[in-house]
This record gives sequence, structure tokens and C-alpha cells, in this order.
Amino acid sequence: MPVARSQSASLDRKKFFGDPVLVITIIALIIFLALFILYPLAMLLMDSVLVRDTHLYSIEPLVSGEKIVYVSEKGEEISDSRSPVCVKLTSPTEGIEEKIVPLYNSTGLFAGRATMNDVEKGNTLYLKTVNSKDKAVYIALDQLTQVQEVPQTYRANGRVIKKMDGIELSDLCIQLHEDNWTLDAFPRIFSDYTFNNALRNTLLLGCLTGLGSLLIGLLFAYVDVYVHIRSRMTKKLFDVVSLLPVVSPPFVLSLSMMLLFGRSGLITRMVLGIYDSDIYGLWGITIVQTLTFFPVVYLMLKGLLKNIDPSMEEAARDMGASRWKVFTTVTLPLLLPGLGNAFLVTFIESVADFANPMIIGGSYDTLATTIYLRITGGTYDINGASAMAVVLLGLTLVLFLIQKYVLEKKTAATLTGKASRGRMLIEDKSVRYPLTVLCTAVSVFVILMYIAVPFGALFKLWGRDYSLSFKWFEQMFRERGWQAFKDSFVLSIIAAPVTALLSMIISYLVVKRKFKAKGFIEFVSMLAMAVPGTVLGVGFIRGFAGGVFRTGFLQGIYGSGLILIIVFVVRSLPVGTRSGISALRQIDKSIEESAYDMGAGSGKVFMTVTLPLIKDSFFSGLVTTFVRSITAISAVILLVTPRFLLITCRINEYAEKGEYGVACAYATILILITYAAILIMNTVLKYFGTSKKIKGEVK
Amino acid sequence: MAANKKEPKGVRLDHISKIYKDPKTGKDFYAVHDVALDIEPGSFVTLLGPSGCGKTTTLRMIAGFESPDEGEIYLGGEPINELTPNKRDTAMVFQSYALFPHYNVFDNVAYGLRLRKVPKDEIQERVTNILKLVELSDMEQRMTNQLSGGQQQRVALARALVVEPGVLLFDEPLSNLDAKLRVQMRTEIRRIQQALGITAIYVTHDQSEAMAISDNIILMKGGVIAQMGSPTEIYYHPNSEFVADFIGECNFLPCTVTGREGNDVIADVYGHPVKVLSERDKIGSAEIVLRPEAIEIADQGQLPCKVELSCFMGSYQNYHVRVGDTLVKIADNCPIGRKTYQVGDEAYISFRSECAHLLAT
Repeated sequence: MPVARSQSASLDRKKFFGDPVLVITIIALIIFLALFILYPLAMLLMDSVLVRDTHLYSIEPLVSGEKIVYVSEKGEEISDSRSPVCVKLTSPTEGIEEKIVPLYNSTGLFAGRATMNDVEKGNTLYLKTVNSKDKAVYIALDQLTQVQEVPQTYRANGRVIKKMDGIELSDLCIQLHEDNWTLDAFPRIFSDYTFNNALRNTLLLGCLTGLGSLLIGLLFAYVDVYVHIRSRMTKKLFDVVSLLPVVSPPFVLSLSMMLLFGRSGLITRMVLGIYDSDIYGLWGITIVQTLTFFPVVYLMLKGLLKNIDPSMEEAARDMGASRWKVFTTVTLPLLLPGLGNAFLVTFIESVADFANPMIIGGSYDTLATTIYLRITGGTYDINGASAMAVVLLGLTLVLFLIQKYVLEKKTAATLTGKASRGRMLIEDKSVRYPLTVLCTAVSVFVILMYIAVPFGALFKLWGRDYSLSFKWFEQMFRERGWQAFKDSFVLSIIAAPVTALLSMIISYLVVKRKFKAKGFIEFVSMLAMAVPGTVLGVGFIRGFAGGVFRTGFLQGIYGSGLILIIVFVVRSLPVGTRSGISALRQIDKSIEESAYDMGAGSGKVFMTVTLPLIKDSFFSGLVTTFVRSITAISAVILLVTPRFLLITCRINEYAEKGEYGVACAYATILILITYAAILIMNTVLKYFGTSKKIKGEVK
Repeated sequence: MAANKKEPKGVRLDHISKIYKDPKTGKDFYAVHDVALDIEPGSFVTLLGPSGCGKTTTLRMIAGFESPDEGEIYLGGEPINELTPNKRDTAMVFQSYALFPHYNVFDNVAYGLRLRKVPKDEIQERVTNILKLVELSDMEQRMTNQLSGGQQQRVALARALVVEPGVLLFDEPLSNLDAKLRVQMRTEIRRIQQALGITAIYVTHDQSEAMAISDNIILMKGGVIAQMGSPTEIYYHPNSEFVADFIGECNFLPCTVTGREGNDVIADVYGHPVKVLSERDKIGSAEIVLRPEAIEIADQGQLPCKVELSCFMGSYQNYHVRVGDTLVKIADNCPIGRKTYQVGDEAYISFRSECAHLLAT
């Protein structure tokens, strides 16, 4: 082809930049996604390959006539000398050169956070020095920073050396660290028993949960699509059960599991008379996760089973196959990629799950809980935690990519299009009864689990005194319960509209516009789907605790409510975007083009045409985000500070302390809040929803 | 009736091209190649051609949704290549109508005026007037999904007209309507366009629609202009076999030009001389283009033939006859009272010299 497409490219570029609203939106979006999704993950990666080497240096004053700057505890300068004091650093380690470095006062260049081993005691940063008697002396420092222009020079801000420490300058050694890029961290954690154990546990749990959810989900889907269920009550029961775990807070099932089957469990002790029942550990988590995730499998498989053309199975029957033979030779093979897909989805969910292993895991640690304990526990091993988080992220990411690009495509390839006609439902009693009974049993069990929680809050002392009282609720409100509800509610209600709007904008850009950075936006918002909450939490700590790239920029958001809101937004964004994209795909492209052609700019088109058309999707995104945020725990538990109390974190706290009554009281109210939110959504959509009207017209 | 306050604008395409990448081979190809056009203000021009000929791409380049790779587009004398669609003085009627389903008829039509910050009273007046013009006066408050296809089409038209664009663009607007309504709507579109004196560019693949509606037809093939001219010109004087065949049914008779007699040339068809109106002087082989309805079948005539198919179609008798090696289709209009030939009959065909057209081979 003789002519390059340069003219149209340059014209398209001119047109694109002629639309400032669009350009600004895209830039803002890219910054947001890069800063709050990519950057924290990048920092995690960096932490896992960046290792510090430690060198000891003794300090000698070199320049006389200049005074050392002493700063009082309040940060006031005692001496007013502005010129730097140089010290000579001599390393006792062989092969390391002497250095002559200036010690600065608190003014001057700022060049990154301390690269020292930040020994933290409380909130103050101390510089660890070693005196001549080989005794460690901690010197309180605000920051010790490396000056960029002169490599290997260091300056101490603020309280450099305090007289009251009773140490002469010559007694001191400074412990300096240098950053080196190595891959040592991975061999280190892979030889770490705790990590290996956690990794094994996580994989085993993922497999068991995946298989369990697959079995129960398949059972429900098969009964729903194939078996004739006489009673409408039973059908309704299945519907409720399959929806309950989706909308409920994550640890409700764990709590009730303990109430029913724990050491003082209602069923284990009262009914079965077992006094030493131990549900903490692998089996407890597996059961709880299975019950939590099987509805996802059920909904996925139901859609696929409905697409199987009944004539195929009838043909097999006609040729003499038994029902079981038809199931194993026709239905199951057709469903196989779908089953693999569903298995992986639950596997990922299970691996990323934090709340359930936390509450019911006992000593069975998974990767998510180990990472959490590394950070909050006594060791505070942030580097170890980072490396583990990278492993967890790698695991979920690989599985997610397989699921998304291999299995989902295969599923779509084998089962597409609609069944040609209705299916003859199975009336055969020998099939109908056992399957229905099995499903009903599971349903009753799940409902029992949900009922146990409010009663757990209402009984005086579970296991001993089953009389009703409000004492747990009273204790809850006495111990700042009200603040927890307020904080959780306010933060979630702020996050909800932001997320809903953001996900609609992303969907609009991805589906309807053409621009260079589209691939990036699509990729990053999809990536967020595969990132476990715990990983994101650690990433945020590493990324923002010292400001962006440890420069102090945006440091203010760390520990604030804003960072919690951002985490809520990031965690819910993929869900909203997915529903927005599918809603927008149904809207004819020319509707927006015509508005554009009539003279509306991008912003105007989005506000007057696109958004009104996907109003329903926007609104349900609003509620879903709210529910997801108020029930979120995995990422926020790592980031929340004592300034904010979150319901979910409180439940975790009380459950850890063994005060299940209060935990149940919180959980009960949380269930009520989420249920109310969903009720409001359904009502609003029923009476004010427009999509149905619109869908009739748009093909 | 609303008078068009603005002068209609002319459109000039200065050798424009558009290159696309073939999704299968990954190679670039010209979707539109070196199209040069000058559309008079106030005229109705149709871009006609089979699917994939570049007609819609050309229209979308005028609207601004696509950018040309070569050449410049002028609207009313001004170059508009760099303008975004919303800044161009064009209004488009889409194939799918693209009505806003969340607005009623009035709000749909008023959309463009509101964007232009036209005062409220004026919006009311102009929308009312335009709805009267498209005969939808009593439907202002209806939602668009409560309208029939034809009515939706009128709303789409009204919405584009009300902003008084310099040029009105139509992207196969009638293809979603049934045949009867299509005929009715095209007359309607023509009537309104003439009443307002607006410039219109119309894309279609339906040749009868193009003939009925246009001042000028631009027939495209493979991204280039095959022929442009008035409907009669294109119908009776196609410049290629493709054009002749695309515009209605056509017969091609191989012949040899042997000489000239006044305005006609004498051509030899399977050994029989016939006259064709042509300015061609070159002696040698050529093709005679003949429309089925221009041929008479009788017991006597210019060329002997044998009937291979005879079939009554209502308004005409349809014959397929063999002349030499060539199959010739004949539409014998209003056949009643005349002799009907049966399969196997021997007969003669004849035509007037001005109904035939000579094509070089």
C-alpha cells in the first residue's frame, strides 16, 4: 500500500485532543488506575527483589570549628549553626571504604525516606547505632535520608544526637543500609517453613473448596434445570439459599459454624453430645467456603445447562442409554470446560478469602492470613509479607488468566446459542426424590446457619444459658458500636457513587470509544479482579506508608479515611465495570453517534444519553458497591487505623477474643443493613427502572 | 411550513481516500480511493453501490466519524478535516434511527436545539413546525418505542432537520422498513428535501430508491467512483458492464461495429445488422446494452430468437429468449391482447436505436 495511514492518524489525534472533557477524563482515569492498582502491586514486586545490605560505620567528627546541630525533643534547634557538620565514617567491616559525609540539619534537600533499618518503637523512628562496647544504642530520629546528588552520603534530620543519651560522638557507629536488587527474597521465603506450610494449606483448601462447590453447585443446577419440582416452596427455598451467601457478609457462616458445631456448639454438644468437637482448621474452612461459593457455581452452570439442546440427550435416550449414561456421556462432557471454569473461579475465591480462614482456621494458616499475621503480629516482617503477597498474587493471576482466556473461550465455544425447545423435566421418582431431598437438606442447613447468628446475639451465653437477652447488643453499643456503624456506613456510602460512576465511565470508554490507552484501562480494571484483598492491602502499605515512592507525596492519605474509600472503590470497580460493559454492549452505537453528530461533546453525550440508558446498571452497581464495601475486610483490615472503626474489623476482633455474642450482634445488624440495601435496590428497579422499556426497542 | 433560514451548503470532496487494515490478512487496503466530488448546494445526491463499496465510509468521513487518509473535505467552501462531528454543520439520519429511547418524541427532536442553547419559545416553535412537516404533530409526548417503524423514521428525520444543518446525511435510512413503507417514505423524504431546499447526501444499496430520489447518483465500486450522473444518464448510458448490471436488469449482446449511419452506428449481432445510437467511431467488437423493457418480441423484427422461458408476472410477460449464444431477458409490458409466445417458439426481437447503448469491450 503506497500511502501510510498518517493523515487519518493525525486527524484522529487532533479530533481526540479537540475534546478536552474526554482527554481529561482519560488522563485522570489512567492516573487513578496506575496510582491505586498498578503502583501498589509494583511496589510489592520491588520489595521482593530489593534487599538491604547492612554496613556499620563509626562516626568521627572531622571538621572542627563547625558545631553539631543538636535538636531538642520538641524539634527546636539548640545550636543555630546552618552549615553541615561532616563526619568520617569508618567501617569495621573489611573492604568497605571510609566515607566522609556531612550531617545536615533539618533544612535542605529532601531525597527519599530513610534507608536505615527503621527500628520502630511505637510511632517514633529510632536510629540504631552501636557504641564502642558493642552495645546497641537507639537514637530517636525523625528521618535519615540519603542525599541524591552525592551517593553514599547521609544526613540526619531533626534530633541527631542527644546529649542526654550520654554518648560521645566517637562512641557511635552508624548502621547504614544499601539497596541491592537481588532475587534472594524468594529462596528465603521458599525455605521458610511458615510460608511453605501456608502455601500448601492454601492450595489444598482451594482444591477442596473448588471440588465441594462444584459438586453442590452442579447438584443444584441439575435439579433446577432437569428435575420437575412439584412444590413451589421448595423452588423458592433453593432460590433464597443460592442468593443468601452472595449478599451476606463473609464471616457469617464461620460464626454460625462455630455456634452450631464448635466446642459448645448447639448441634455437636446438645444434639450429638460431643464435647471435644474440633471444627477449627481445614474441614471447618472447607465447609464454610463451600457453602459460601457454591451459589456462584450454581448460577454459572445453570446458564450452561439451559443452553444444552435437549434433543441431544433425547437422542441418546432413544438409542437406549440410561439416565445415568446420558449424564456421563452427553451432559457431562458438554459441560466439562464450564466445570473447569467454575472450579477455577471458586479456587481463586477460596485462595483470596481472608475472613473465613481468619475466624475458623485456628492454626490452619493460609497465605492470606499468614501475610496478615506477618504484618500485624509481633514480628512485623513487611519484606517477608511482601514476598508472600507476590507469590499469592502470581498464583491468582495465573489462574485468572487461564480461566479468562482459555476456559471461558472453550465454554463459549461448546455451549452457545439457545436450546431449540423446552426440556422434558424428569418426573421419575427414583431420580426426583433423592436429588430433591439432597438439595433440600443443603438448603435447610444453610438457612439454619443464618438463623444461628441472630440467636447467637440474643442468647445470654451460648452453650450454657439459652435465655433471651439484649446484653450483647448493649455491650456492642457500649464499646463504641455506634461509631463502628457510623464509620462503616459513611465510608461505604461515599465509596458507592464514586465506584458506580467510575465503572460506568470505564465501561463507556472501553465499549464505545477508540483511543490508544484503552488497552491499558481495560487491562488494569480487569487485573483488579484477580488481586486478592490481602495483596492489595499490603501493596497499599508498601506504596503509601512513606508516600508515593517514599517521597512523602500523598503520605497524608495513609491512615486516613480516604485510603479506605479508595480501597473500597478499587475492590468493587471490576464488578461494576463488568456489569456496565454488558449493559452498554446492548446499546446501539449509533445512538451515541447521533448525539455526537447533533453537536454534543463527549461529556454531554455521556451525561444525556449513555448514563440515562444504563441507569439500572448504574443503580445496581451503586448498591452492590455499597454492600461489598460495608462487608469488606481483607484489604481494609491491614489499613485501618484506630481513628476508624469498621464493623467487619470489629467482628473479627471480637471473634478472635472469643466474644461470639458481640460478634453475632454486629453480624446481625450488618446482615440487616445489606438486606435493606438490596431490598431498596429491587424496589427502585421495579418501579423506576427504565431498561425494560428501552430494551424492547433496542436490538 | 418551516422555511429554511440558512443557506444550504455545498460539499466538496477533494480526492479523498481512506485506508483500512484487512482484519484477516493484516494488509492495508483502500476502502475509499481518490474520490473527488462536488455537490451543489440544495441538491440531492445519492451514493449507491453494493456493500463494501465505500459509500458509508465516505458518508461517515463527511460526518466526521472517520478521518480521510488523503485529501480534504470542504463544507460550504471551508475545510473541515480537523473538526469533530459535533462541530460540523451536518446532521445524520441513521440506519437504525438511533432515537434516544429515554426521551419522548418532542425531546428527541429538541435535543440538538437544546445543545445549541436556543431559547425555549423558539425550540417549542421549531419542533412543532418540523413535526408538522413530517406529519407527527399529535405524537409529541409519545415515547419512541410506542411508534411504528415509519413514525420512528420520521422522528429521526425531524431531529436531523430541526437543527437546519448545512448538509443532511442519510445512512441507508429506509432499509429497516417494509417494501411498501419504503416507497412511501422515500417520496416523503424527497418532498421535504425539496420543500426546505436543503443539501442532502444519501447512502443506499437499493438502485430503485436511488433513482426515485436523487438529482444525481454516484455509483461506487471497490472504493472508487464507477460513474456519476443523473438517474436517466446512468440508466441509459452506463459506462461499464458493472454499472449497467447494477442499475436494473440488463442484457448484453456481443456485436461488431461495422459502420455509421447518421447518429447511429451499424453493428452486427450474430450476422444480423442493428442500429444503436452512439457517437463511437471505432470499428470493431463491442457490446450492446439493452434493458428488458426496451425489447419487443414479435413474429417479425431485427434478430431471430428462440423462447426458453415464458412466464406471466402481472404487469408484464417475462421471456427468456436465446439470440445466438446469448440469453436475453425481455419484459413485455401490458401483454394482454398481444400474442403470447410459448417455450420453444421461434420469434424475432427488435428495439429502437436510442434505447440501446454501446459499450466498448
